[in-house]
Amino acid sequence: MALHVDDLRVHYRTLRGDVRALDGVSFAVADGEIMGVVGESGCGKSTLGKSLVRLDNRMKQVGGSVTLDGEPLPIGDDRAMNRFRFKSVSVIPQYAMSALNPTRKIGRLVADLLAAHGISYSATRPELLRRLALVDLPETVLDNYPIELSGGMKQRVVLVLSTLCDPALLVADEVTSALDVSTQQAVARTLVEFRDRGYVRSMLVVTHDISLVYQIADTIMVMYAGRLAEKAPSDVVVTEPLHPYTQLLIGALPEVGARFSDRKLTGIPGRPPGLRNPPPGCRFRARCPLAFDKCAEQPPFVEVAKDHRVACWKAGS
Amino acid sequence: MLALEGVWKNYRLGAFGTRELTAVRDVSLRVGPGEVVSLIGQSGSGKTTIGRMVLGLAAPTRGRITFDGVPVAGLRGRALRRYHRQVQGVFQDPFSTFNPVFKADRVFALVRDGFFRSVPAARWRQRVEAALEGVRLEPADVLDKYPHQLSGGQLQRMLIARALLLDIRLLVADEIISMLDASTRIDVLNLLGELKATGLGVLFVTHDLALGTYISDQTVILRAGEVVEAGPTEAIFTNPQHEYTRDLLAAVPHLHRRWDEPVK
Repeated sequence: MALHVDDLRVHYRTLRGDVRALDGVSFAVADGEIMGVVGESGCGKSTLGKSLVRLDNRMKQVGGSVTLDGEPLPIGDDRAMNRFRFKSVSVIPQYAMSALNPTRKIGRLVADLLAAHGISYSATRPELLRRLALVDLPETVLDNYPIELSGGMKQRVVLVLSTLCDPALLVADEVTSALDVSTQQAVARTLVEFRDRGYVRSMLVVTHDISLVYQIADTIMVMYAGRLAEKAPSDVVVTEPLHPYTQLLIGALPEVGARFSDRKLTGIPGRPPGLRNPPPGCRFRARCPLAFDKCAEQPPFVEVAKDHRVACWKAGS
Repeated sequence: MLALEGVWKNYRLGAFGTRELTAVRDVSLRVGPGEVVSLIGQSGSGKTTIGRMVLGLAAPTRGRITFDGVPVAGLRGRALRRYHRQVQGVFQDPFSTFNPVFKADRVFALVRDGFFRSVPAARWRQRVEAALEGVRLEPADVLDKYPHQLSGGQLQRMLIARALLLDIRLLVADEIISMLDASTRIDVLNLLGELKATGLGVLFVTHDLALGTYISDQTVILRAGEVVEAGPTEAIFTNPQHEYTRDLLAAVPHLHRRWDEPVK
């Protein structure tokens, strides 16, 4: 098992109290697995991705532990994480297009980045060029400024850079959201290819787009209000979801060809609870059509079928 | 109602405007009452430029845009104001449309200042509440609140309500649901579908093919400013003629079918 996350709790410190963005999240990602993390905005999916790489100064780890290949990952300690960042855990940030320094040529940026981690640029250059070629970028991009590249090209440059040291875990945060459909497809396929070639061992793909992540992920994990709602192989999540939130979310997606006049889709009424003082019990209770008395207790995240875990009292009973 | 005939738009670029960029070339389309026309294209295809020209925010370089037979580009002063009572736009990011310093319901007050100064306050309040109910919002939930206290879906619906106050006949919806969560997205789309039944024409600008098909009657596919394919939505999605449309449709991620699997 590559990554183990056990009861992770990460809070944001604000003047009006802690926002519990991650409130007890436990899961594991196997070697070679691509796991999709989906949910609405504010459900904690980006916080999860970020906390595995770098907690910024508003975030604090309140509890839980993370283990990568049997070694504990000191995510609460910014300094101690330096040893792991880029080499064993790497990230493609949400705004990868602005992750590149606009005043540096790409080649210079790579050289600086490698030097900061004590790696020789000249020794890595042939491999860098091989990988650039793999994503259809010519050698000349190294002499370009970021502004000279299109959004999709920048995204691919960042992808190659983040995986240059063959990290054990790559966190891809909304990497395709700002792209056009055809570029989106190309970038998503590259993620899979990098996994297949072993450039990245396992991957956490954080996105709000279930249909996209379904294309590439082996497992999908659905988050709601700082907790896990459901986790299962991607086919199972899409065809037989058990958590009412997953069911409603999938029911709300218009497919190409779905028509208002033929069949009206419905959204989910209400909005997620605030995470500063989340209500006790199941957090989806207020919006859930199946809610009953027992939902005042927090449902455990249990395995109801093989590899299928759900946090709902109604599921599997 | 709205007609574009051979519309071109060039932008001057570079120092002293030495280079020229053609954002829209020779686009013709029509939107009738109660009709939803989707304008689908990737970034840089000129779809937003077309929306801006329809709203009178930019003038076409060549060609004509007419609303009820009257050219839009030449409207000034009172005539332009009358036009904006009938044609309004809602844009992509609800959070940047609102001024975070003021309460969100200020958008309604601005409409009153601009168009309906003679309406008494009490009657105006009734009209605002009726418009909010028209977009499925509880007036008590959204009035007297700051933008950050409301969700993206609520803000976007408030903007539609603002447009409805003006008894509009055409709405230019420029990527209005791209920033919303899946669970609220469909509510805004359903709302447009219901407004369409009351006779509102909608120019629905989007890059998302799945969202484009859901409510639209006619679809126009754009590439680099040119119309690649146009026609009834059903026909374009079931039987695309142009290779570009086919590629675009093939790249859309579906929920029950992977990219490499054959069509069932």
